[in-house]
Order: sequence, then structure tokens, then C-alpha cells
Amino acid sequence: MGSRASTLLREEEIEEIKKETGFSHSQITRLYSRFTSLDKGENGTLSREDFQRIPELAINPLGDRIINAFFPEGEDQVNFRGFMRTLAHFRPIEDNEKNKNAAPSEPLNSRTNKLLFAFRLYDLDRDDKISRDELLQVLRMMVGVNISDEQLGSIADRTIQEADTNGDNSISFNEFMKVLEKVDVEQKMSIRFLH
Amino acid sequence: MGRLCILGVRGRTAWCTLLLLLCCSGGDCESETRTPGPTDIQGVKPFHNEPQPQPFPEEEKANMPVFTMDYSRIQVPFEFTLWVLLASFAKIGFHIYHKITIWIPESCLLICIGLIVGGIMHSVKEKPPAVLSSDVFFLYMLPPIVLDSGYFMPTRPFFENVGTVLWYAVVGSLWNSVGIGMSLFAICQIEAFGVQDINLQENLLFASIISAVDPVAALCVFEDISVNEQIYIVIFGEGLFNDAVTVVLYNMFSYVADIPAVESVDVFLGVARFCVVSLGGLLFGVLFGIVAAFTTRFTHNSRQIEPLFVFMYSYLAYLVAELFAISSVLSIITCAITMKYYVEENVSQRSCTTIRHVVKVLASISETLIFFFLGVVTITTEHEWNWAYILFTLLFAFIWRGLGILVLTQIINPFRTIPFSFKDQFGLAYSGLRGAVCFALVFTLPDTINRRKLFVTASIAIIFFTVFIQGISIRPIVEYMNIRRSNNEKYNINMEIHSRTMEHIVSGIEDLCGQWSHYYWKDKFKKFNDRILRRILLRDSRAESSIVSLYKKLELQSAIEMLDTPMGDLSAAPSVVSLHDEMKEASRPKKKFPTADVRNMHNILAKNMYKIRQKTLAYTNKYKLPDESRTREILIRRHSSIRRSLRASSFRDPLSENIPKSQRYYSLQPGSDLESAFALRRRSHGRSLMKVEFLKQDIVMFSYIMGVFCPGAGGSSTRSAIPLSPIKERSPGPAPHRTPTVQQSEDEEGAMPHGWQPEDPQGNTVSRNPLLR
Repeated sequence: MGSRASTLLREEEIEEIKKETGFSHSQITRLYSRFTSLDKGENGTLSREDFQRIPELAINPLGDRIINAFFPEGEDQVNFRGFMRTLAHFRPIEDNEKNKNAAPSEPLNSRTNKLLFAFRLYDLDRDDKISRDELLQVLRMMVGVNISDEQLGSIADRTIQEADTNGDNSISFNEFMKVLEKVDVEQKMSIRFLH
Repeated sequence: MGRLCILGVRGRTAWCTLLLLLCCSGGDCESETRTPGPTDIQGVKPFHNEPQPQPFPEEEKANMPVFTMDYSRIQVPFEFTLWVLLASFAKIGFHIYHKITIWIPESCLLICIGLIVGGIMHSVKEKPPAVLSSDVFFLYMLPPIVLDSGYFMPTRPFFENVGTVLWYAVVGSLWNSVGIGMSLFAICQIEAFGVQDINLQENLLFASIISAVDPVAALCVFEDISVNEQIYIVIFGEGLFNDAVTVVLYNMFSYVADIPAVESVDVFLGVARFCVVSLGGLLFGVLFGIVAAFTTRFTHNSRQIEPLFVFMYSYLAYLVAELFAISSVLSIITCAITMKYYVEENVSQRSCTTIRHVVKVLASISETLIFFFLGVVTITTEHEWNWAYILFTLLFAFIWRGLGILVLTQIINPFRTIPFSFKDQFGLAYSGLRGAVCFALVFTLPDTINRRKLFVTASIAIIFFTVFIQGISIRPIVEYMNIRRSNNEKYNINMEIHSRTMEHIVSGIEDLCGQWSHYYWKDKFKKFNDRILRRILLRDSRAESSIVSLYKKLELQSAIEMLDTPMGDLSAAPSVVSLHDEMKEASRPKKKFPTADVRNMHNILAKNMYKIRQKTLAYTNKYKLPDESRTREILIRRHSSIRRSLRASSFRDPLSENIPKSQRYYSLQPGSDLESAFALRRRSHGRSLMKVEFLKQDIVMFSYIMGVFCPGAGGSSTRSAIPLSPIKERSPGPAPHRTPTVQQSEDEEGAMPHGWQPEDPQGNTVSRNPLLR
């Protein structure tokens, strides 16, 4: 298991990924073996079907959107770097990292970037605003069948009303961040074993 | 509360009647022989029972018996049925008042009922029916319980954690048995306690019995409170294999208890025997499982007897293992695990449901009866109480379990991807309740052990202690440990929604990463499975994509049921939020939301938002079948969403311009085409194309049936559309396909024009009946 994977992943690549994402060596190799096991076509990239083959994602209400998040704009294949880059968002924030900055820009798993990930899940057309429709779409995915559209509509209205400060009837990223300032995003959007 | 009282009264009358009957029968059953019925009842049929047939009819003509009663003939089945009915009434009674079952585990309640019945019997000076012998327990009562555990075991998490589970089960049991046994032996040496005559073997035997852990109550608690999911599977698996290990140890030690002195050769042989027993059990189980799977390959013409195979083969596995005195519990468990995967693919949906239900029912009966007996026997047997021995037993059981968990976890934590924290370890240690198996094993101890009564008393004491005290207190303790910081924060709606979104995201990414490693073996097994096993054992062994196979398991009826709910709208897209609405929205004044409304909203969200998927949840609730309705909802919806987005993007009719931006963003990016969405089914195998057809047939029929139920005309009232696909869809041909829409009526007002298609009555009638094509 270990040997098969690491022969295809060169040391310098591992180093680069480590610098970019902050994962440790063993984690990168482990995730690489997961990547290869998902990659049925064995061409070093994953396509959407490879993700859809995971049955648990099929029964996740937001499964499709999550899969979408891995693919950069307009592309259909994701390589290992892209895979790791997306997963890096979910690395837990360590205390000693808060001040250290490996890259000039913010690390991928900062609070802002985690929130940006969630924001992008709603905002499919990438206009940096969550409109009422986009909100309704996601809401509808997340609730059962017993809620009428009217109720859902009013919930969406209320949501927007609470968050919207500049009156454009949609939620921008800053408003999104502000309304969630009391939520412990660092803990919620982290996966333990990616530590 | 009122309802409970009424039920209580009615229940009580019913119970009294039942008990009276029982007592009457009980009175007779002790002196019951094969005499043909009481002779003092008038009108006994003379002709059957005469020992010597009279050559001449008697002088006095015997009248034709109008009413006779022959209790002895039906006695055994009658009493059995009454017992089971009584226990089932008790269960119904508990569940009517929900709060009880949250705080008190069901095992407690069953024991209480047993105690009550035992008390009544004791006061009427009856003995309990002597049914609980060793054979009855091991041959009839234990198999259903174990089959239930094995059949509903979550295989994937189990195999990913198999090392940990086996480690705790096997080594943990050994540790507990030997530890408790030795310490009790040490205690026995102290003269003051008066138990000097118990030798080491007997102590070890007793210790092995009481180290059998029954985690049901703990699991019930854990499923409501979010404890580390790994704990679920460890407790579950531990409980399962614990039984196996305990039975093995019991047999070994009871053998050893008979011989006067133990030599080192015996220890060696003991270990060897252990290996033989467990490996043999596994082997037999796998063998029978494979044979069962192979048999079901051919049953497609005789669907009625399909469930029979599952039960017969697993029981056969059990009995054959008993024949060779190897671990029958392991045998039946492995048989169930092996069999389940292949059988569920081969048999019809109905057989599948039947099998599951029957497995649950049988297990339920068995367990209920055992706890019942426990209660009854507690009151009606003579006890030998020895304060010291019993108290020390309790103490040592506790200590050794705690120590054991601690030590074992320290050893195994480095090997685990996710190490166990101290909270987890505490949960593991505290959830070591003893249950049915422990009681049955001790009850069936042979009489050659001179302190048998003491052992029975001690084990009953420990069962009561753990089930009642630990079982009831585990919930508050775990809740206390899990208290969240911001309990009283006022959540606004945003936080509630977005938090749940984030939870779903994280759950999805966890699934995607696959938390646990060792893919190498899993892949190897999968290849072996696909190449060899599936070919042999499955009738229809085309490799399927996971979504297709998941969808196949949905029954059309339940899909229709779901659609029939009054407010049900399967569409996950705002198809009903149409153009019309959007235009209105811009001009809508800001609504004021009174607090009552907001509170309502919170309630609605709290009740209706999907919880994140608990991976082992469905299987750890022992008394219920796994609940798949949520999965179905999501899958159906997702399916229709994929279909719909295909329609929108692939056919490129001019009308798609009119589809508002909002409706296009569904689950695919704009511009994605048929290929990418269905590529998973098309590209992989040629044969899977047929699967797509099959799938589409399903959808077509599905929509057709909906069309039949909810006939729609033109579209004057609000409808939402589920596009009907014409059958020939192999090539994504453009425009000539008019996508007819099947209307589904809804309870909403207002005319909302469709963004999808203009009304096309001719097109509708033609293609509304695709099957008539």
C-alpha cells in the first residue's frame, strides 16, 4: 500500500505540497493512496464520476456541490495538487500557526478561507453574492419534503434580512463573515485526522 | 400521562387474566404426566382415553360432550405464547410513553416486568416453568440474537476497524476473565469470607462468565449524543465478539474445572484449542455463507422461499459448529456477514424486507424472553448471598474493565489513525453492561460446581447493578461530559442554517477522504470480489455504479408515497420559484418578521433539516430496523435533479434561453452536457448502458404513474414539472424531442408559468403515455 503509492509521487512534489498546504509527509502519502484508489482511470486525475462513485457522497444532501468545489472554474479534471489544495481548507488550525506565515498570502486553512469555501458552495455563479434563489436552492436540498415552498421562502427572506446590511437583498461575503462571527468556524470546518 | 393510565388499567386487567391462566397451568404443570386430562371434568371423551376398549357398550349411555377442555395438550405452546405476548405488551406499554425509554434502557424495563411476574408467581407459590435449560438456551435462544447482530452489522466501518475491535474483544475479554478470576481467588483465600472452597478453576469460570459485555443500552445512549463515531463500532463489535470469546472461554474453563489439577501442557492445549475454535468457526461461517449465496442465485423463479434460505443456512452453520464443538457464535456471524452482501443482491426486494423483519422479530423475542426469565428467576430461586464475594465481584469487574480499557488503548493508540481520547476511553469502560448471555451462561452451569447458587446470585447481582445503575446513569454522565460551550447563545437563523451546511460539508469531505486507510487490502478484495466471487454467486453480476445500485433499491411505491405528501415537492430546485416570483421580489417591501414567526422558523428548521449522516447510526439501534427514508428522499431528489439538468442543458432548445439563471444552477455547471453527467454510466462499461435504460424506464414509469395519479391539463394552476424522458435517449438528439411535462398537483395558489416548456397539449397526450409507444 505504501510502496505502490509513493513511487508515483516524487519527493519534491511532496515538499511543494507540504509548503503550500501545511500537511505532514505521512498525511500526504496517505491521501495520495486515497487519491489513487479513487482514480479508476489511472491517469493521475480525478473526474466528476470518480467522486460520484463514492456512495456516501450520493446521500449527502450537498454532495454535488461539494464535488463541484474540487473542480476549478470550467475544468473537468482535478489533479493531486488541486485535490490537496481543496482539502487543505479543512486542516485544523494550530495555535502556533496563527502568527507564522509560510506563504505570503494567508494559509489555506485560515478562518477566512474556510468561510470562503462555504460561501462558494452557495454562490454558484461566482458573483460574490448569495441571492435569494441560491439560498433557496441550498435550503431546499437540506430540508425534508414536509416544508412548503412558502415556509422555505419566508425562511430565506428572514435569513437574508438578518445578514444583509447594504440592502441589496443578497448576502455578500463580508456580510456572510459578519453574521457568522460568533460561530466557531475553525472547529466546525476542520477534520480531525487531517491534523 | 392519562393515556398511560388507561393503558395501565387495561393492561393490568389483561395481565391479571393472563397471570391467572398461567398460575392455573403452572399448578398443574409440576405434576404433569401424560395422563389424558383431568378426570373430574364432566363429559370427558370416554372413547379416546379408555385404556382397555370395552367389548360391549356400557349400560349407561354417556352423553355427547358438548364442551370439553384439554389443557395439557396445548400447555407448552400456550404458555410460550403467553409469555411472549406478555413481554410484547410490556414493550408496547413502554414505547407509548416516550420519555421512559430515553432515560431507562429497555433491558431495565423488561427485567422489572419479569420481577413483577416472578413476584406474583412466588406469592402464589408456583415454580417457574422449567424451560430454561442449557440446550434450550444455546440451541434456540442464542442463535437469533447473534444472527441479528451479525446481519445488521455495518460491514464497512467494521472492517476498517477490525483490528481494534478484535483487540478489545479478544484480549480485553481474556484480560478481564483472568484478572477477575485471579483477584477473586485471592479474596477466597481470606478466611473471614467463608468462600475458601472455591478453587481457581471455578473462579476463572465464573470470571469468564461475567466478563461478557452487552452494549445495547450504551449504544442507545450514544446514538443521541455525539460521541466519537469510532466508539460506536468498537462497542458494537466488542459486544459481538465478546459473546464468542466468552462462550469459548466458558467451555474451556468448564472443562478445566472438572479436572483436578492443571498442568502447563493443559495451558498450551487451551491456547491451541482457542485458535482451533475461533478459526474453525470463521471457516465454517464463510463456507455456509458462500453456499447460501450460491443457492440464492437460482431462486428467481421461486421467490417465496427465498427468506428461508437465509435462516436455514445460518442455523445450519450454527448447528454444525456446535457439532464439532467449535465457536458456533463466530460461525453464524461470519455466515451472516458473508451471505448478506450477495443474498441481498440476488433476492427480490420483498424477500429482502421479509428477511430483515423476521431477523429482528426473532431476536427481539429471544432477548425479551431471556430478560423476562432473569426477572422471574431472581425471585423464585433460592439465593445464596455472600456479601464479601458479591461486593468484591462488583468491584473487581469495574476495576479490571477500567484498567483493561486504559492499558489496551495505550497499546493500540499508536496504530490508529484517530487515537482514542480519555473521554472516549471512559465511554468505552463505562458502557460495559452485562446482559442476557451472562445470565444464561451462569444459569446453565452444571450442578457439579458446589457453589453454583452463589455464582448465580453473584451474577444476577452484577447484571442488576450494571443494567440499572450504569444503564440509567450513563446518559447524564455522557451528556455532562459533552456539554457544549455556547449552549445558551441565541442562535439566529443564519447561524443555524450555515452551521448545518458546514456540518454537511465536513461530513462529505470526511467521506471523501475515507477516514481510515488500508486501501490496499480493500482494493485487493474488491478486485477479487468483482472478478471471481460476483460471477459465481450473483445471478446478475454486471458491475454497477454505486448510484445506480443504490437507486435500484428504492421501491417505486415509497417514491410515490413520498410524492403524495400534501406539501411534498420533490424538486430541489426553485422550479416553483419562477420568473413570476422573481419579478415580484424586487418590488416586495421588506417584510417584518414577528418573533413568533422567527421562533416558528427555528422550530421548522430544527425539525426538518437533515442531520448529518451518522455512519453507524442506522445499525446500532438494536430494536429498530435501519431507517432509510432519508436516504431515499435525497436520492430521489438528486436523481430528478440530474435528470432535469440534463434536460435543460443537453437539448439546447431555444426555450432554454428563457430559463432564468437561477434554474440552471442546479448541480451541474452551466454548459456541462449529457456526457459528463451520465458519463459514469456510459463510459465505464458498455453494459451499463443497459442499466441506464433500465433506470430511465424506472423514471419513465415513475413519471407516468404520477401522471396517472395527478392528471393535469394545460397548466393553469400551479404545477411543478418532472420531465418525462422519451425512451429512446441513447443519442443526445436535439430539438425534435419536445419534452412533455407531467404535471403534479400541488396545494399552492397562483398561476405560475413554467420556465421549462410552453404548453403543448398535443405533445402531452402523445408522450404522456410512453409505455404505449
